[in-house]
Amino acid sequence: MNINLTLIGQMVAFVCFVVFCMKYVWPPLLAAMQEREKKIADGLAAADRANHDLELAKEKAVERLKEAKGEAAGIIDSANKRANQIVEEAKQAATVEADRVKASAQAEIEQETNRAREQLRAQVAALSLAGAEKVLGKSIDKSAHAELVDQLASEL
Amino acid sequence: MAGETQTVSEYIVHHLTNLTYGKLPAGYERYDGSVVGEGGAWVMAHGGEEAAAMGFNAIHVDSMAWSIGLGIIFCWLFRRMAVKATTGVPSGMLNAVEMIVDFVDGTVRDTFHGRNKLVAPLALTIFVWVFLMNLMDLIPVDLIPHTLMLLGVEYQKIVPSTDPNITMGMAVGVFILMLYYSIKVKGFGFVKELTMNPFNHWAFIPINLFMEVVGLLAKPFSLGLRLFGNMYAGEMIFILIAALFSAGLAWAVPAGLLQIGWAIFHILVITLQAFIFMVLTIVYLSMAHEDH
Repeated sequence: MNINLTLIGQMVAFVCFVVFCMKYVWPPLLAAMQEREKKIADGLAAADRANHDLELAKEKAVERLKEAKGEAAGIIDSANKRANQIVEEAKQAATVEADRVKASAQAEIEQETNRAREQLRAQVAALSLAGAEKVLGKSIDKSAHAELVDQLASEL
Repeated sequence: MAGETQTVSEYIVHHLTNLTYGKLPAGYERYDGSVVGEGGAWVMAHGGEEAAAMGFNAIHVDSMAWSIGLGIIFCWLFRRMAVKATTGVPSGMLNAVEMIVDFVDGTVRDTFHGRNKLVAPLALTIFVWVFLMNLMDLIPVDLIPHTLMLLGVEYQKIVPSTDPNITMGMAVGVFILMLYYSIKVKGFGFVKELTMNPFNHWAFIPINLFMEVVGLLAKPFSLGLRLFGNMYAGEMIFILIAALFSAGLAWAVPAGLLQIGWAIFHILVITLQAFIFMVLTIVYLSMAHEDH
């Protein structure tokens, strides 16, 4: 249990180890640990931020979807309306066209009828004149009686 | 194990004797009858008496070798981990080392409030080094000394912290740091602290000085002797348990159980003592930094 030079030796060794630790062990270890701590904290914060962003994006997406649905419904609605309108217009146009065709056909028919009637009348006049000529046996002065015959014919 | 030619007390004394290299004074009669010549002689001590005769001019080779060896292991291991430490994922040994560093750093932050780059590395060195020195206590008491004896080394104490030179050497180192920082931080205030406390009157200066100096000196002594006392007592019990094995087969089983029990309890003791040494160092240095 003697106190001797060992005490001095231990003090010297103590100083050497402490200096070594202070110079070469503590600073790099602590720096690495602190840096890692910061990195982890940053990572966690980034993850939080990302989560938040995701939430926002989801909300936005839902909103967009809703908007798009509404828009689509509007477009379909207006398209339907337009289609109806087109059908309506087509119907109207068809009716008008049909009327027109009908009218022109009627006019033509009338015209044909009139013409036929005129022809008939002329033929009747001629026929009646010929008949009368034959009955009277002699030639009739066409010009003298034309007026009379025409009158007759118009009464037919 | 105690041999046939060795009594139990011889066995114990043998285990408590350091391997000492030192200077025997002139005229000293050695164990083999030879007389040391003029001017003394540097020799390996043969037994405790010769070691005692050497006085201060001696060195405990075993204590120094184990202490420095363990210190080098500490430096090598921690330096390797410091080089390996990156911001990436730590693994294996690096985890353990970082846990210790983090623990020491936390303790220093809690206890020491000044600004000093020395304290944390100092605390780390003390904690790990003292722990490693204490750890040697858990190696069976005869394993290394007996092996070395077969190789021709007479004495071997493998637990450096059971040597008061080792513990006091560290305590004195801490004490010098305490004085240095007290003077550096407080300047004249340190003198005032020694002379004007606890009675703030000039007439009480001698009493104050006496009390304060005793208080100041008590710190390194309690620091060094606490560690020494705890480890010495623990080592002594290990040796006594080991001596029990020689008392016949009937004692071997209880001795084995005692050995296991004491070793398990000692795991707590060695860690606690290393921790206490570290914390007290931090506290003392913290007090040295506090200016009133």
